[in-house]
Amino acid sequence: MEERNLIEAIKALHDGPIRLMEVCGTHTVSISRAGIRGVLPKGIELLSGPGCPVCVTPQEEIKQAMDLAREKETVLLTFGDLMRVPTRYGSFETLKAEGSDIRVIFSPFDAIRIAEENPGKRVVFFSVGFETTAPAVAATIVEAKKWGLKNLFFLSAHKLIPPALRTLLEGRRVLIDGFILPGHVSVIIGRKPYEFIPRDFGIPCVITGFEPQDILEGILMLLKQKREKRAEVQIQYKRAVRPEGNPRARALMEEVFEERDSRWRGLGLIPLSGLGLRENFKEMDAQRVFDLKDPEPIPDPPNCKCAEILQGLLKPPECPLFGKTCTPQHPVGPCMVSSEGSCSAYYRYGDFHAG
Amino acid sequence: MCLGIPGKVLSIKDEMAEVDFGGVKRTVSLLLCPEVKVGDYVLVHVGFAITKLEEEEAKETLKLLEEYLGREELD
Amino acid sequence: MQDKILLTHGAGGRASYDLVRKFFLSFFSNEVLQALDDAAVLSLDGSRLAFTIDAYVVYPLFFPGGDIGKLALCGTVNDLSVMGAKPVGIAVAYILEEGFPREDLERITSSLSQAAKEVGVWVVTGDTKVVPKGTSHGLFLITSGIGLIEEGVFLSGSGAKPKDVVIVSGPIGDHEAAVILARGEFAIEGDLKSDCAPLWDLVRSILKVTKNIHVMRDPTRGGLATSLWEIAQSSKVGIVIEEESIPVRREVLSLCELLGFDPYYLASEGRLIVIAPEEEAERIFFAMREHPLGKEAKIIGKVVEENPGRVLLKTKIGGHRLLEPLMGSQFPRIC
Repeated sequence: MEERNLIEAIKALHDGPIRLMEVCGTHTVSISRAGIRGVLPKGIELLSGPGCPVCVTPQEEIKQAMDLAREKETVLLTFGDLMRVPTRYGSFETLKAEGSDIRVIFSPFDAIRIAEENPGKRVVFFSVGFETTAPAVAATIVEAKKWGLKNLFFLSAHKLIPPALRTLLEGRRVLIDGFILPGHVSVIIGRKPYEFIPRDFGIPCVITGFEPQDILEGILMLLKQKREKRAEVQIQYKRAVRPEGNPRARALMEEVFEERDSRWRGLGLIPLSGLGLRENFKEMDAQRVFDLKDPEPIPDPPNCKCAEILQGLLKPPECPLFGKTCTPQHPVGPCMVSSEGSCSAYYRYGDFHAG
Repeated sequence: MCLGIPGKVLSIKDEMAEVDFGGVKRTVSLLLCPEVKVGDYVLVHVGFAITKLEEEEAKETLKLLEEYLGREELD
Repeated sequence: MQDKILLTHGAGGRASYDLVRKFFLSFFSNEVLQALDDAAVLSLDGSRLAFTIDAYVVYPLFFPGGDIGKLALCGTVNDLSVMGAKPVGIAVAYILEEGFPREDLERITSSLSQAAKEVGVWVVTGDTKVVPKGTSHGLFLITSGIGLIEEGVFLSGSGAKPKDVVIVSGPIGDHEAAVILARGEFAIEGDLKSDCAPLWDLVRSILKVTKNIHVMRDPTRGGLATSLWEIAQSSKVGIVIEEESIPVRREVLSLCELLGFDPYYLASEGRLIVIAPEEEAERIFFAMREHPLGKEAKIIGKVVEENPGRVLLKTKIGGHRLLEPLMGSQFPRIC
């Protein structure tokens, strides 16, 4: 089997401790689901990075959306990933139980349909996600504007990956020997935005897919770069990622969104790392229409180590709350609630070595 | 991040495609990939095609998925 | 417990489990209830009776492969069957919404009646209530059943022993996948049918070849993973299953990929898990395979001493994954 060969090759190439960061939450889940940590030789450490949109959306942004949901005649739409994220004020799930009209949608296009079906209501889409998702939302906003929908609004909490990576590296707090870069974000942005990583920091990068075979191949390619003392951005996920990305998708993002400074849970304020709607689309921008001020930051619960975990400084089991006061049944921080939060993945799939 | 699922385009009408994902179907927007044609394989995220998959490579994904998950048509 | 009930509390996962064990049990503590199996076992003059009750709130009421009526009858029959009890009598309570179409009521009742005939059990008593429009999806059903447990049959969630073999009767998750499609919330189309079926006949044909079986369970809400976890907890053993062996239909897997769901947590309503001593495994397996409801049966794993209370999935690449019980209802994910 292909995977066995890859594992053998990794064992052969592996020569000394190495720390690889998998940026993307979906990678965290894939790695845990396939039990990859258990088959890698000791000394290859996989750290989880800040690529979990649900984990890095700060409490105050979620609260803003929750406040809107509480208003009369308002329907709040969001992706399923967000429903259980705990904040000091509850979650979307508990808010729904209290009577707010909160609905999970599968595609941003559903927002258009729901707005059309509810002409008497204000429909607000709380939109979260990185560069993979933003173009789809941008396309939806353009369509909604074309159709002249007057009751559909978008509250953008989108964030961008490369600025977060830069902040991580400039902080110099984590020692990373290689990056497993997010496959689907890269479908959109291509290779160029990551080139500063090998260039300015000398760290190898591989844009990797999500099947176990992809991940193993990505790890192998990183080990090869390290062994050969190279540092570049390689594409393992060739079937989906072109070096130039998807220009049409980026053009739509450009048309609709502009970069803003944005606060990330755990990483703090990162310049030009978030997306907000442009002036042209102001009539659909929830922030402008509902006059939402920049929300007051809400501090994380005491002892919650999500911040350190998101930066790859701690592993989930090293958090004092992990598995004790913080479990998927009663999560303290979002790393435990989000299906792809590091803690949730560790807890549910286990960093398990059986027998 | 994020779930991107490979599927095969069965038909196209006005920038919306009917896509088959290993036995289940859904309409998908082609606004981000207008050059896609019937018969192409696409990668889909939140109901939008985000890229065309190279057929050989796409079949690889589907095969990987099926191989990895070890299922064949159970009937 | 939180101060408000959430939908999650009814999803059959950890929240439901805790609600029963930490809340309800505190009001009703007795040794019969404490076993917390799919049906209660009552001793009466030397016979053992199984007694169970279930509520059905499925939506939509009609779905490919069945409807709420068939579901209710099968669900209760199955809870009795997995205790090794021949269904003897069923009770049905209807909670109807004002304005509910008579035609639908006929279809559903006919379905229920048909399923009962198939099993050879009578609906012997019932009740009907009507609630004002807007307070339900049209119809809720509650079914209760009584069965007679065969001599020499001792099935319980706490009975699994190390070295036992774990067998499943067919592909998992068909029911819930079909209902998700039928609900139409995500505009996904597919050819999936619920696996809803009464299991008594399958169970009887297994018991004919041997009564030396430790556990039977039907993996309903919470799916295969949750059922196995409950058994591992109850029996204080570990369970190891192999990813490669677990039967799942291609369409169910694709649906899961699309929504970000995990097939091990999807409910089946006509599948059987059998846990039995090694020496009985082959015999049971072949008996299942010969039955129409077991023709896709697979041996999926075994019970072990290590890691008591936990279920491990051995992945295709040789790694291990811990299968926790369902935490709460699965929401479709984008990431």
